[in-house]
Amino acid sequence: MTLLADSLMTAPSGDPGLAAAPLQLIDPAGQPGANRGGLELPAPETLSDLHRRMVLGRAFDVQATALTKQGRLAVYPSSRGQDACQVGAVLALRDQDWLFPTYRDSVAIFTRGVDAPEALALLRGDWHCGYDPYQYRVAPHCTPLATSALHAVGFAHAATLKGEDLVALAMLGDGATSEGDTHEAFNFSAVWKAPVVFLVQNNGYAISVPLAKQTAAPTLAAKGIGYGMPSLLIDGNDAAAVYAAVRAGVERAASGAGPLLIEAVTYRAEPHTNADDDTRYRDRAEVAAWRARDPIARLAAYLSARGLLDEAGAAGLAEEAERLAASVRERLSEDVSVDPGELFDHVYARPTAALRRQRAALLAEIADAEPGEDER
Amino acid sequence: MTTALHSPAAAGTAPGDTAPGDTAPGPAAAARPAPVTMAAALNRALADSLAADERVVVFGEDVATLGGVFRVTDGLAARFGPARVFDTPLAESGIVGTAIGMAMNGLVPVIEMQFDAFAYPAFEQVTSHLAKLRNRTRGRVSLPVVVRVPFGGGIGGVEHHSDSSEAYYAHTPGLRVVSPGTPADAYRLLRQSIECPDPVIFLEPKRRYWGKETAALTTAGPPIEQALIRRPGTNVTLIAYGGMVSTAVEAAEAAAGEGWDVEVIDLRSLAPLDEATLTESVRRTGRAVVVHEAQGFAGYGAEIAARLTEQCFYHLEAPVLRVTGLDIPYPPPYLEHFHLPSVDRILDAIASLEWE
Repeated sequence: MTLLADSLMTAPSGDPGLAAAPLQLIDPAGQPGANRGGLELPAPETLSDLHRRMVLGRAFDVQATALTKQGRLAVYPSSRGQDACQVGAVLALRDQDWLFPTYRDSVAIFTRGVDAPEALALLRGDWHCGYDPYQYRVAPHCTPLATSALHAVGFAHAATLKGEDLVALAMLGDGATSEGDTHEAFNFSAVWKAPVVFLVQNNGYAISVPLAKQTAAPTLAAKGIGYGMPSLLIDGNDAAAVYAAVRAGVERAASGAGPLLIEAVTYRAEPHTNADDDTRYRDRAEVAAWRARDPIARLAAYLSARGLLDEAGAAGLAEEAERLAASVRERLSEDVSVDPGELFDHVYARPTAALRRQRAALLAEIADAEPGEDER
Repeated sequence: MTTALHSPAAAGTAPGDTAPGDTAPGPAAAARPAPVTMAAALNRALADSLAADERVVVFGEDVATLGGVFRVTDGLAARFGPARVFDTPLAESGIVGTAIGMAMNGLVPVIEMQFDAFAYPAFEQVTSHLAKLRNRTRGRVSLPVVVRVPFGGGIGGVEHHSDSSEAYYAHTPGLRVVSPGTPADAYRLLRQSIECPDPVIFLEPKRRYWGKETAALTTAGPPIEQALIRRPGTNVTLIAYGGMVSTAVEAAEAAAGEGWDVEVIDLRSLAPLDEATLTESVRRTGRAVVVHEAQGFAGYGAEIAARLTEQCFYHLEAPVLRVTGLDIPYPPPYLEHFHLPSVDRILDAIASLEWE
């Protein structure tokens, strides 16, 4: 594996070549990539699994967007277009590893095995996190940018201190790299040699602000140099490359060599959320061009050409995806059950006297508001 | 690094085993305690917690090799090793953020913000995550983190070294906020805070670090969220915490000479608040004055005054008064005595409590 930071450090100062070409195992046409940088092509069964999980993840994502338009979810930041990052990164984790996702990583959370209604609880609005982080080894969706990167570093460093073999995968976006907590997370992890992999999904925009207004760095991967942290710049629409890079980072971190920064160049195919109007800041031709570089179609082409995916297989997978979408649709269309009393239950380990009083008052207020027998 | 976590030094304290910086007596001398400063009592609490629970880790800026700028962590790194007590890069958000991750993974971090105003870069981590992760995850993620913050003025510190930041934290649901007023309580409260499953903002009154008290250091006594009556009295309740406890007791002694029998309550826990002890006292005395160093506007004393008015109105002989810092940015050293509540200001407030 050629680590970008190592090669960048020997590059002449100011060389425009700093904006190195992203590593690619499979190119947009589904052919073997020319710029592999020592990344190892995953085994055929892994490639098939990557494809299958991307198809299912896409079905989940499309269904979640549809449910939002129907008012079943409060908001949904789609992962569409970033399918290779979402699925490739998660499949590269070992069971004991932890995922620290952002709000745009619902497909990653789902791919890690979190049940759909639990994965979407935050975005539906029944609670802030619907799943048990310890059950899936997935930290809660993080809504503020970059703050969870520090949690990942602390979690991973605690594993080192306790002698546990686990790696934390911290998901970030291009916008989050401007946040101070990203800087602190990079720095702490490098100083501590914490077993962390940072995956920056550079999707080109932080809501409306393009990368050119976000940074003057030649690439986001290049930022690793300043922390003494190696980095990789990869094609984020190439699931094989994402898988290989994250797996390399996990193995490297688990060996005690410290963190790895990966910049995956990809694109947010949908607006920021359903509430966003991206026609105000993105050219339709640009969106169309990126949608044509679909990560699923790319891997499907590669697999088909090698006899790893035939028409029957594709049809079977399409049916599986439709069954998944129907199930998500059905389960997320059920009426949401909430308990106002629970608002007070988890603020502290034991509710304080003042919270117990407020709880009783709220429940009494609710009881008063419901029509009594004599009022009917 | 694993071995240090499970080393004999970490697993228990051998008889006669004292860390550098320990000034508190061993078990044999417990009957005749020696005078101990608050800094030494805090140091002893950290050492005893590190020895008692291998999940406890102490980290922050300058806490290891140097022993902290106030020497509160003196000797801990040498005794417990670099896996238990370590220096971090200079980044407060990073310290709190990584402490959150460590707590998620089963450790009990006790971290230091070097000075009150230098804790502000960590505000987002404290208010958006440390305070909320338990609630966010329906109680599945517990964050037993203690954030030690040397706070308040009275030490001649230059700008940003003397802030009283308790109101920011006390306003945040999910955080506990405590502040000791004496060395013995500093020991007890810190041990209690480290054992507490909730995140605790532990405000250490800098001006009292070097004040001594002759008392045994023990965890026995009032639980973490209980206020203490420091001085019983019958006709005024003086409410203070942290660095103002000593000032309030001094004022109460002076008031006795003028015929006022002043009860002093040391809140210890600002959040949650021990309303029962407060209201029982104020209903009995009929008068109340809240004292704190922080500026008064939207300050912690406003909450106390409002609650006492709501709950004790028909027992009150006079309005609940506040003696606080001025509504100004913390002054430079030559001017800080104009800002800080003094015994005289407290006595003036007591004198105005409708005695005729």
